[in-house]
Amino acid sequence: MADYAHGEVLVDTAWVEEHQQDPKVRLVEVDVDTSAYEQGHVPGAIAWNWTTQLCDTVRRDIIPKDQFEQLMAKSGIGNDTTVVLYGDNNNWFAAWALWQMKLYGHKDVRLMNGGRKKWLEEGRELTTEAPAVERATYNATGPDLSLRTFLPEAMKASESASHAFVDVRSPDEFTGKILAPPGLPETCQRGGHIPGAANIPWGQTCKEDGTFKSFDQLKELYASKGVSGDKPIIAYCRIGERSSHSWFVLKYLLGYNDVKNYDGSWTEWGNLVGAPVERGERA
Amino acid sequence: MRAEEYQRRREELAGWPVGIVSYRLGEHFVCEVDNVTPGARIARGEGGSREEAERAALRDAERRLGRTRVHGPEG
Repeated sequence: MADYAHGEVLVDTAWVEEHQQDPKVRLVEVDVDTSAYEQGHVPGAIAWNWTTQLCDTVRRDIIPKDQFEQLMAKSGIGNDTTVVLYGDNNNWFAAWALWQMKLYGHKDVRLMNGGRKKWLEEGRELTTEAPAVERATYNATGPDLSLRTFLPEAMKASESASHAFVDVRSPDEFTGKILAPPGLPETCQRGGHIPGAANIPWGQTCKEDGTFKSFDQLKELYASKGVSGDKPIIAYCRIGERSSHSWFVLKYLLGYNDVKNYDGSWTEWGNLVGAPVERGERA
Repeated sequence: MRAEEYQRRREELAGWPVGIVSYRLGEHFVCEVDNVTPGARIARGEGGSREEAERAALRDAERRLGRTRVHGPEG
């Protein structure tokens, strides 16, 4: 898409409609609400369940490499398949899936701009039928840890102020007024944010119809909070999915080179004994 | 099948801003309620009419939002 640093990672709804039957393209719906797919989805799309298929279901972690390969294979995705992800909540969990696909080295994975909301709002065709999928062969690489931060690195980066931290949660979560988004379960013991973090809520990167704001608007949004790509960036939220969305914006739409997702996020940091915490708005 | 009669609006519910989307899908209506900030869907309802779907979704959303604890500066 025009103007973005790597516009090739975004497709619009019209492009998806044109490529519904393209054997080189696999459409995948990834929703927060895992029952949304059954209600009606883009014809030709399969679904991944983020609670069971995109994470390690025993320990807290992303999907292990061998399970990722199995998921791709049974989804009919080969290493050269163009994968287009979309979902509800402005592609919240679709971005989480994209981040994991990039971690494991998939070359051509894209988001449908605007996600499920845009497709519905435009009155495009829906179906309740799941497509027949022919099993493929898949070999993952990585994981590419240049895209992911673990706690020790995040701690060190915070102490040394070597990175720009972007807290993509809501202002009320950032200040510590609430411990979880309104209406969702609390998952941490303490409220607040990582010292030095800038609060740039993920939703501010999107327009009302769910599509991304323009390159210039996004650049200004982050620059206004001191994030301009002049030093490495770490994005985090509560459990690492909202921050995948902002990671996508920073890495691909703005083209900042060194951007990592700290998926341990506030659920990890806000439960640590002795971890430094800032409360209230950033000074 | 398509989503038809698509509508969205914002309101306040249980002291929190919410986004309300409703549309007809085939023979029934669907309503989705999100918490605006951060924008997570917190409830969904279905019914034979828009009003019925909204009633179900808003009832569930209000129950969930009512559980949200607000902390003072001392935590």
